[in-house]
Amino acid sequence: MAKKFLSGDEAFAEGVRLARPEVISAYPITPQTIVVERLSEMVENGSLRSEFIHVESEHSALSCAIGASAVGARAFTATSSQGLLYMAECLSYASGGRFPIVMMNANRSTALPWNIYGDQRDSISQLDCGWIQAYAENAQESLDLALMSYYIAEHEAVSTPFMVNLDGFILTHTYETVDVPSQEQADAYLPPYETENKLDLQHPRNLAFSAGPEHNYIFKYKAHAAMLRAKSVVAEAEQRFAKVFGRCYTGLLESYRIEDADYILITLGSIAGLCREAADSLRQKGHKVGVVRLRYLRPFPSEELAEAVKQARAVGVLEKDISFGNEGTVFTNVNSALLQAGISIPSYNFIGGLGGRNISREDVTDIFERIESGTERVQFIGVEVDDK
Amino acid sequence: MKPYLREKRQFGFDDIPESTAFEAGYLVSVNSGWRSIRPVVNAQKCVGCGQCYFYCPDGVLSMENGKAKIDYDFCKGCGICAKLCKPNAIRMEAER
Repeated sequence: MAKKFLSGDEAFAEGVRLARPEVISAYPITPQTIVVERLSEMVENGSLRSEFIHVESEHSALSCAIGASAVGARAFTATSSQGLLYMAECLSYASGGRFPIVMMNANRSTALPWNIYGDQRDSISQLDCGWIQAYAENAQESLDLALMSYYIAEHEAVSTPFMVNLDGFILTHTYETVDVPSQEQADAYLPPYETENKLDLQHPRNLAFSAGPEHNYIFKYKAHAAMLRAKSVVAEAEQRFAKVFGRCYTGLLESYRIEDADYILITLGSIAGLCREAADSLRQKGHKVGVVRLRYLRPFPSEELAEAVKQARAVGVLEKDISFGNEGTVFTNVNSALLQAGISIPSYNFIGGLGGRNISREDVTDIFERIESGTERVQFIGVEVDDK
Repeated sequence: MKPYLREKRQFGFDDIPESTAFEAGYLVSVNSGWRSIRPVVNAQKCVGCGQCYFYCPDGVLSMENGKAKIDYDFCKGCGICAKLCKPNAIRMEAER
C-alpha cells in the first residue's frame, strides 16, 4: 500500500488499474476526462495491460464495452452528463444482457442552460435503467468502489452493470491523500472474471436475443431479483474488502450520530461531509441531529433507511436533483421506504447544488433548523420567491 | 442451414435463463402469421443453384437433396425468392 495525493478522478483510475480491465472504451467529457486520460497513459506506459479503444461517441463507448463483456472480458467505461444521456439507449442493453460492466459517471448538470458543473440529475434520470448505482463521498471511497464494483457486478448472484457516481469537480477534481493498494492485494481481493454469458466456440449460444411478451417480463423479473440480491453481495464485498485492505464500509447507507437523533438529514455524495460537520456544530448547541448518507440508490436501501430513521421526529432530504413537476427523486424514494415501514413523520425536500451552485455550511445549518421547526415540503435552498 | 432445435413446449420460469444467452439456434415460437402469399417450389424445375438460399432475407430457405426447401414457420412471404428464380421454379400462391 502506498499513500498518494490524488484527485477523485485519479483515485478512480488507480482503482480501475488495480481491477485489471481487459477492455477500456471511453469518450472524454468534462469532468470525467482525467479518468480516461490516466488510464490511457497507464496502457501506454505498460503499467496496465488492457485494450484501450478510442471511440467516436458515448453510444459507441458503451457499445464497445458491451461487446467486450459479451466475449467474457472485464470492461470499463466512463462518462458524464450529456454523455450518459447519449449512451442511454445502450444502458438497458447492458443491464438486460446482464453484462457486468463498470462505468464511472462524473455527476454533472444537464443542458439547457448548458453547464459543466456538478449536480446529480444525469445519473438520477437513469435510475430505472437497470444498473446498480453507488455514490462516492471522497477520493478513497472512489478508488475502493472501483474495486468493489467489479466484485459486486460480476458476482454470479448479481451479474448486473454498475455505475459509480462521483460529484463533478467537487470530488472528481479535489485532491486528497489516498491509500493505493498494491496489485497483489487487489488480485487477492478480485478474482478474474468468469462467466457463461459470453460468445464461446466450445459452447455456442445465442446472445442478446429478442423475447416476445410471454417471456420478456420474466427476464425483467429476474433482473429485478438480481438487483435485490445485490444488497447482500454488497455486504459480502465489503466484509471481504475489510479483510484484505483493512478499510470498512457500512453497506448501502452510512449513518452519523443517529442513535438519539430527533432530526435526520438524508443526503448522498460529497456534500455528506459538510452535513456531518454542521451536525456536529448543532450538537454542541444541544440540537439532536444526525445524518444518513445513501451510498447506493439502486438497489435502494429501503429497510436499512427505515431502521435508521425510525426514532426520528422528522427527516430532510438534501439532493442535487429535481424531477420537474414533482419533487426530488431521492425524496420520492425515501418517502416510499418510510411508508412501506409504516413510519409516519414529516419529511422535507431540499433541492440544492443544481448546475454546480455551492451549498454552504450556513445552508446546511439552515436546513437542519427548518427540519426541526417544520417548513415547506419541497424547496430550492437559497431561492426566495414572493408568492404574493 | 436451418435452426436445429425447435421444441414447441412451454417455457417455465426456471427454463428462462438469467441473461439473454441460450443455446444457439433455439427458437421458442414461430413467426409467419402475417404472410398472405406463400412461395411454393416446383422440384421438377428447381436446378439447385442456391440463389434463393443466398438472397432470402429471413434465412428460411435451405437446400435438401439439391432442391430448395422452405421453412413456412418463419417465411414472411416477401416473394424475393420467386422474383429472382431464373428457372421460375418458385411460384407465389395465395394463403388459404
